[in-house]
Amino acid sequence: MYPFNFEYHKASSVSEAISLLNQHDGAKVLAGGHSLIPAMKLRLSDPGVLIDIGKIDDLHGINASKGAVTIGGLTTHSDLAASIVVPIGLSETAGTVGDQQVRNRGTIGGSVVHADPAADLPTMLVALRASFHISGPTGNRTVSAEDFFTGMFETDLEDGEILTAVEVADEQSGTGSAYSKLFNPASGYAMVGVAAVVTVASGKCTEASVVLGGLTPSVMVASSVADSLVGVKLEETSIAAAAEAVQNDLGSDVLGDIHASADYRRAMAPVYVRRAVAAAVERAG
Amino acid sequence: MSRNVTVTVNQSEHTCEVEPRLLLVHLLRENLGLTGTNIGCDTSQCGSCTVLMDGQAVKSCTVLAVQADEANITTIEGLAQEGELHPLQESFWEKHGLQCGFCTPGMIMTAHDLLSRNPDPTDTEIRHGLDGNLCRCTGYHNIVTAIQAAASSIRS
Repeated sequence: MYPFNFEYHKASSVSEAISLLNQHDGAKVLAGGHSLIPAMKLRLSDPGVLIDIGKIDDLHGINASKGAVTIGGLTTHSDLAASIVVPIGLSETAGTVGDQQVRNRGTIGGSVVHADPAADLPTMLVALRASFHISGPTGNRTVSAEDFFTGMFETDLEDGEILTAVEVADEQSGTGSAYSKLFNPASGYAMVGVAAVVTVASGKCTEASVVLGGLTPSVMVASSVADSLVGVKLEETSIAAAAEAVQNDLGSDVLGDIHASADYRRAMAPVYVRRAVAAAVERAG
Repeated sequence: MSRNVTVTVNQSEHTCEVEPRLLLVHLLRENLGLTGTNIGCDTSQCGSCTVLMDGQAVKSCTVLAVQADEANITTIEGLAQEGELHPLQESFWEKHGLQCGFCTPGMIMTAHDLLSRNPDPTDTEIRHGLDGNLCRCTGYHNIVTAIQAAASSIRS
């Protein structure tokens, strides 16, 4: 299958990419291409112009300093999965994306800006309270992961802007993160994906962040679950009770398809919340 | 609209003039005549088209030839050295790791990536490593056995 033809430009720097993007109406950015190229081959997407940012050195690599980890937008899932400096829940999440070949090419920046409701990384990045660094024609800005995802395949990214890096805080001792996922049996996408970040002190939960993917049109913060966890001694029964609160967070707009109906996903949600929270608690030590 | 792409494939350098929409798998099969790499599903699922790009397994139906500019590509044709089969090829032969053979080049290239990351994998790790490769003959069992045998041969 061939995509429609398009004009191709290779950018060697972020500023060149932004300038090319702003010179060409309807141009799209090509990173690893593992969401864009399949869509173009199926002719679901037909950008007249592609700006390839794949060779921009500044967008590669993971740097940890002063309590923060900055992950270049072109960091592949494979590199993220193998990283020992990012929070363990994030490397775990990256390791569940697609298959090895897809992880070798797909990038964190591509996954984030594509904002597929069944993607994995957005869920974990919202749970980790990540921030996204964005460059555009008028300069740089930073937006929180929670504010970035605005709907199904919709984000806060404006025309002409590029996501350059993702920043997360170092995982402190006493805090654990984990991801638990019901895989689509064919594609591996999340039919239910739950990210949990939990802080435990003197045996009790002092802070919790639980986020749902695959269930709703956009990533959803499960604040009822988090509220039920905080202040509680976390053990099997209390975690299971808190997980049931996910029904209050889900609302009526739950996704369903031929692989898993909305009712089935809704029934599975507390199961995966329980697993993610229990694993995060275990890692919090 | 055409561009020049320079790729090193199986240690030999080629410069080709291509349309930007040309997929890497078509560059390999049609421009360079290396038909060992198969096209199966053409939708990034089956893994038949897997090749190594700068040492990492990629699905060449989901990479544009222009993205492979200046890259080092290894296809199934590049594994045997001086008439000697690569240990993975040898073990697929010895352990009956193939039936119809269509998925085999992709299986072997993916296994190559797997063993470079994990030289002593468990059966479960091999099965997870082959997540992105389908064998429609369902001959997975002997594929896993063949990869174990190759891993052991490479280690010794």
